[in-house]
Amino acid sequence: MRTGLKPVLRTAVAVVGASALIALAGCTTDPTVEPGGGEGGGEDSSEEWFDQELYDRQFEERDVVPDGPEDKPYLQMISPEMGDTSEFESDGGKKMCFANASISNPWRQTGWITMNEQLKDLKKNGVITEMETRDAQDNDDTQIADIDYFISEGDCDGFIISPNSTSAITPAVERACKTDKPVIVFDRGVETDCAVTFIHPIGGFAWGIDTSQFLIDNLDAGDKVVALRILPGVDVLEQRWAAADKLFGEADIDVVDYFTEGDPAEIKKVVSDELAKGDVQGVWMDAGDGAVSAVEAFEDAGKDYPVMTGEDELSFLRKWKETEMTALAPVYTNFQWRTPLLAAEMIFNGEEVPTEWVLPQSPITAEDLDEYLDRNEGMPDGHYAKFGGEDLSGFPEVWQDRVIP
Amino acid sequence: MTSATGHPQSVRAQSAPSRSGQSRLGVGDRMTEWGRRALDPKGIVVVLLIVILLAIIVLNPSFAEPGSLMRFIQRVAPIAIVAIGQYFVIVSGEFDLSMGAVVTAQVMTVGHLVGVDESKTVPVLFVLVGIGILVGLINGLATTLLRVPSFIVTLGTMLVIHGAIMWWTGGVATSNPAENFRQIGRGGFENIPLIDSIPYAVLVLAAVILLAVWLSRRPFGRTLTAIGDNSAAATFAGSRVWWTKTSAFVLSSLSATVAGVLLVGFAGVHPSVGQGYEFTAITAVVLGGVVLGGGRGTVLGALTGAFTLEALFTLLNFTAVPATMRDAIQGAIIIAAVAYSGVVFARRRKRSRTSTSTNSATTSADPTTTSAESAPSTPSTGGDGAVRQ
Repeated sequence: MRTGLKPVLRTAVAVVGASALIALAGCTTDPTVEPGGGEGGGEDSSEEWFDQELYDRQFEERDVVPDGPEDKPYLQMISPEMGDTSEFESDGGKKMCFANASISNPWRQTGWITMNEQLKDLKKNGVITEMETRDAQDNDDTQIADIDYFISEGDCDGFIISPNSTSAITPAVERACKTDKPVIVFDRGVETDCAVTFIHPIGGFAWGIDTSQFLIDNLDAGDKVVALRILPGVDVLEQRWAAADKLFGEADIDVVDYFTEGDPAEIKKVVSDELAKGDVQGVWMDAGDGAVSAVEAFEDAGKDYPVMTGEDELSFLRKWKETEMTALAPVYTNFQWRTPLLAAEMIFNGEEVPTEWVLPQSPITAEDLDEYLDRNEGMPDGHYAKFGGEDLSGFPEVWQDRVIP
Repeated sequence: MTSATGHPQSVRAQSAPSRSGQSRLGVGDRMTEWGRRALDPKGIVVVLLIVILLAIIVLNPSFAEPGSLMRFIQRVAPIAIVAIGQYFVIVSGEFDLSMGAVVTAQVMTVGHLVGVDESKTVPVLFVLVGIGILVGLINGLATTLLRVPSFIVTLGTMLVIHGAIMWWTGGVATSNPAENFRQIGRGGFENIPLIDSIPYAVLVLAAVILLAVWLSRRPFGRTLTAIGDNSAAATFAGSRVWWTKTSAFVLSSLSATVAGVLLVGFAGVHPSVGQGYEFTAITAVVLGGVVLGGGRGTVLGALTGAFTLEALFTLLNFTAVPATMRDAIQGAIIIAAVAYSGVVFARRRKRSRTSTSTNSATTSADPTTTSAESAPSTPSTGGDGAVRQ
């Protein structure tokens, strides 16, 4: 009996092992996940992901003063090309259908809470009266099915899509466009411009430029930087790294990169090992998850704090304040979760919206640090400082209690 | 089909004289014996561990300093403890896939309940133990009394725990807990002569090892192995299979709880802490010569497996291997090590069928391989089965 059972067990282990790998691939702390951009990773992966044209564009956009109201960053736009929406103008309450990639990480959770508060607020105006949401749980197939369900049975007046991955979701977005109802894409892009507007912050190259430039300015040639990356093959993350790696190379910074999946235990091990090898002057991260444990590795090893770039997650900002280290918190604009619903209202009102709505993405610097810590007092560690929901009715309790709808 | 562990007592009696016989071996014999042991599947993981550690020291001599070594053990402690817990379940022929989720749950519970209030540390520790026991009981009773395969049960509890904790906490930590709680996994006794400092985690690990080795040599541990080897036979022999297995699941969840407490200190509170621990633990256990499906393996084997795995990760951090290649290299080394033991075991089993006499000789030398700790598993080598034929 035992011998008969064992192959079954073995198969079972293999199946679970494989599904764990798949789950791992889909499960990341980064906002935007696109498993496998095609090219397999290699030593020169940062070059494979480098796109000079996009790099140059994002380089410029970092310094552009955005149009729009100064106190409402979620309505600001960088170099917009406005598109006509009069064909969608209509009266009465509208139902939006939202195909969400996932809420599997703190960044997406924070944004999702903000989006729901924005919805409550908009309902008062009587234009957007309802939103039905389907969560694809980081799965392309699920999201395609979600979108097709919305098209055929959703009774939707418009679509909001936060794609799970670029190429796989493109055909479904095109099908949604063919319904002649407004389609709004945000966060990650798709390979079609059929959507009325595509809302996103400047992008990964801008992140990489801001962060590596900060480290280069504060370090000397020949200094050692440890780069902590989430996982390979995700295009936004790879673009962050591609820009940073290029600039580090040009500035003669000695940089070594690791994949940690944002796990603080893994980050601590990696940084401790690097510190055991020799002194480390800088830490660069492609997403701020687990930043605190990188700092603690320096403390535990009794070494001086590094110059560091993390993210606008409060855990990092608080540690930064506490240690007074030299740091920068780049931002992957979390308030972009408010913009799609606001855009939808504008579209149904017949107001012009940018065909590509580029939101600002400015890092939090040492000068801004106190201000952002004050504004987010009482928020949990995993909250993002630039969540942009301070003027919504649920503020601050909803984010403090982190009630995920 | 050579089930050998049916009578733990007789096994012990048999291994005792062989140990005394060992001392009469000459130097040459002993050298041969060492070589033979190194090639033994149980020895190979020790050899692998030593090779990896030497490689690390060559690349980075400061690793051999007592302080660095202590920090290394501190880092391995959580995964080693989880591997030891997983050992009890695997040796009984089951799996515990919920361990990672239990670690995460405990870490997040600490983050939510302790907060900045140092006085809550002790009460919360009791809560954690309660959660650990509860999860273990559910896993064990559903597996034994409801007869759901443990694979499915623990997969289910994994999802339930994970979902519940995400729902409760909103997927993030409020903040890192009070410093005195974190000291358990982060701090240690300072200014110790010779070795600089002893992290508390190392002491916790030592205590867990002692307890686990003791348990595995008690009738409980032997019955567990017997159940894993042949559950029906163990039942006929009068063991309370359901209770023994359930206890194994409780041990497993409790070990995940201890690991969680250490990780709160080591890494901090974050929902990704503990993720994938069940598979790392299973890999460590298998690497340490414990057989999936049950009935064969030792606590110290699982422990060695965990150390080898972590040493391998560290070695790769010390080499200039591109980040993208590391997973592949880890995987290849693990497969090679496990495949090697598989091949040797298979060959030995074959040999045991062809010649009984050589094998009883092999067996008699075997118990000394890793001295006392391997005693429970020794009977499961093919040789012993041959003796009983």
